[in-house]
Amino acid sequence: MNIVLRLAWRNLWRHARRTWLTIGAMVFSNTLLVFMISIQFSMYGLMIDNTLQVFSGHMQVQAPGYKDDQKMRQVVPDVQPLAARLRDELDSETIAARGWAFGLASSADRSYGVGIYGVEPEFEANVSNIPGLIEDGRYLEQNDAMEIVIGTMLARNLRIGVGGELTILGSGVDGSFAAAVVNVVGIFESGVKEIDRNIAEMPLAAFQEVFYMNGAGHQVVIMAPTLSEAPGLKTKVEAIVPAGLVVHDWDALQPGLKQAIQADMSSAFFMYGILVILVAFSVLNTQLMSVLERTHEFGVVMALGMKPGRLGRLVMLETALMGLLGFMLGAIAGALFTYWFSVNGLSYPGMEEMAANFNLPGRVYPEVTLLKTAFGPFVVFLFTLLAAVYPAWRLRRLHPVEAMRAN
Amino acid sequence: MRMLLVLCRLAWRYLWRNHRRTIVMLGAIAVGAWAMIFMTALTRGMVDQMVADGISVIPGHVQVHNPDYLDDPSISNRIAMTDEELTQRFGDAGFKAWASRVRVPAVITSERESRGVTLLGIDPEAEREFSFVDYDDVDGRFLESPDDNGVVIGAKLANTLETEVGKRVVLMSQDPDNEIADRGFRVVGLFHANMETYEETYAFIGKRTAQKMLRIGDTTTEIVFLGDDYRNVEPIYEKVVAAVDDTVKVSRWNEVDTYLGTMLGMMDGFMLIWVIVIFLALSFGLVNTLVMAVFERIREIGLMLALGMKPAMILGQIIIESMMLLAVGLFIGDVLAFATVKPLEGGIDISVVAKGMEMFGASSVLYPKLYLDDVILANVVVLFLGFLASLSPAWRASRYEPVEAITKVG
Repeated sequence: MNIVLRLAWRNLWRHARRTWLTIGAMVFSNTLLVFMISIQFSMYGLMIDNTLQVFSGHMQVQAPGYKDDQKMRQVVPDVQPLAARLRDELDSETIAARGWAFGLASSADRSYGVGIYGVEPEFEANVSNIPGLIEDGRYLEQNDAMEIVIGTMLARNLRIGVGGELTILGSGVDGSFAAAVVNVVGIFESGVKEIDRNIAEMPLAAFQEVFYMNGAGHQVVIMAPTLSEAPGLKTKVEAIVPAGLVVHDWDALQPGLKQAIQADMSSAFFMYGILVILVAFSVLNTQLMSVLERTHEFGVVMALGMKPGRLGRLVMLETALMGLLGFMLGAIAGALFTYWFSVNGLSYPGMEEMAANFNLPGRVYPEVTLLKTAFGPFVVFLFTLLAAVYPAWRLRRLHPVEAMRAN
Repeated sequence: MRMLLVLCRLAWRYLWRNHRRTIVMLGAIAVGAWAMIFMTALTRGMVDQMVADGISVIPGHVQVHNPDYLDDPSISNRIAMTDEELTQRFGDAGFKAWASRVRVPAVITSERESRGVTLLGIDPEAEREFSFVDYDDVDGRFLESPDDNGVVIGAKLANTLETEVGKRVVLMSQDPDNEIADRGFRVVGLFHANMETYEETYAFIGKRTAQKMLRIGDTTTEIVFLGDDYRNVEPIYEKVVAAVDDTVKVSRWNEVDTYLGTMLGMMDGFMLIWVIVIFLALSFGLVNTLVMAVFERIREIGLMLALGMKPAMILGQIIIESMMLLAVGLFIGDVLAFATVKPLEGGIDISVVAKGMEMFGASSVLYPKLYLDDVILANVVVLFLGFLASLSPAWRASRYEPVEAITKVG
């Protein structure tokens, strides 16, 4: 073993208690960082996936301006043929056409305003999780059947069940009066109040007939195999869609989602930053002490011809060794801690209410990955080294004779 | 008493014997304390604003409904008391503010578009305290009386409906017999709100106009009350319960808005955890400092013991030293926190993430708020835990065998 390395290692254990306490600070912070970062990013992933799976998809083809105003007449003409063409040319089944209209739904007892989606029954399940959330009855089947599925809360508020009849009143694409009687064939439950209370779906062809859409719709929803493949797919989609239509990706469709993550992330990183700085202070203190108490000793070795720069490197090496220990122990402890929760799941009081607001399950199973495990401890390691710069730098000004007089 | 004074002076001098170490530690404590208080102030500010935006407006602190209304917000589930009876019961009862209103889901239609809204039939004067709408900051005008014939909607909704002040819209809901109840209204005002959803959700009309349109005589669906402090609504809750019978259900705001209620509880818990986590990160350095401080004066300690100083005195002296270090560090941290929060109290603009904050139910301006209670909590927790953490090094120091300590080679 290199002599300097051996020297550094031995120096560390001169004050074993002090070294362990400093490493303890690192391990504490690292464990916390690994755990928090894993939880945080698992939550973000879930939030994005779950939110996009409901309606937005990874991207949508729309008329310009529709995203912000959702006006009835901002249509995608011939929406079904367009969706079919996209499916064909991109060789993907996870593409579906939709229309959207607002209407008043009336049962025998009650009337409520609802958002009504016209969907392709055959493909909707590929782009949305609503078809899989049917609690009662069945999902839509025939594209031209006068059928509807509604959310559980809406069903309760309307006092209607499967087999009941709803009257839909609204206005067609040209502003004319639109009305229809439809059969409730299924009831879904997403767990998100807003959706379960305000949304209904009917087959696209029937929808087009009721609202005089003349073959048009409002969006073509596209799901990429994974979120990271979405940008590439978007370029391909843009090449296919006719002029006069635009393609929006998920963060344009759900600006709140990305911003909520950003807001949460900035407050989280503020907290992590403070933890890291506190560790750095701890290291600074320890290394400063260890340099100061060795002034005499350093004077002697300098008098014997050791260069101050080499002494500085020795101190940095000691710090690096200590930091490395903290890194490894912290990363391992953090990974084990997180792993326990990845098996058993994490839940805390109040999480369900929070979760319902953000499309999250009531229990989170964080994922242990190398990146999430290494990131926090690595930053702590960097700051550990940074904290030792001042004590190491002080050595350059050390005068052998004066130093030997110390103590 | 004199002894204590001596110990304090001793501790203070020891602290500055190795001033570099003390300064570094003070720096760590100050940063820690600052972070505790600063973060707490931000969170408090956010939650307060969420409550101000979400509770104190529209819902009020305590609400009264027909027992079936919350589950089925239909016009059929009205409060059985007439306006006259309500005024008798609540008029002079000394509430900070109260109002009864008609609140039903409705559909609003312009010649272009239709949307679902929450229709509020209100008495504008009684609702002033509850409203997130600044009556004087409305394009056009706000409602002037319960008999007002106009409708006031949000600017965002007007944009979607392609309507404007002076144009007509149709409001459609149902009457108690499930007949469609509709009526044309002139848009007299467009309001602006902190949160876009409010601008899309609410439509205000006069209370008596609403009662006529929905054919419900002079009954209402909701009574709301405002107290002084949203954290303590019990006094007005009990007052309201005492004034009504069991044909209605009285609820506190956190029972109706469970999300905000839970958020509030979680934030309190989170704050305590944050303070403790920071303390733990600090504690390693604190214990380390004490261990070092004891270590480098083992011989002195031995000497003092040999000269007859009681071990308890050594223990006390080291604990006092630790407490002084913490107190000075905390003081600097408190001053820092105060100095950074005060200039920000006018609000931090975070509108770049406005839509995201809306998902949390918060608005896009953050007003940090320094509460004395929070500052005290942070300081007390640190001092108390600091005391516990210094027990072990201090105990060890006081247990040295004098002869051994004196002869120990530093």
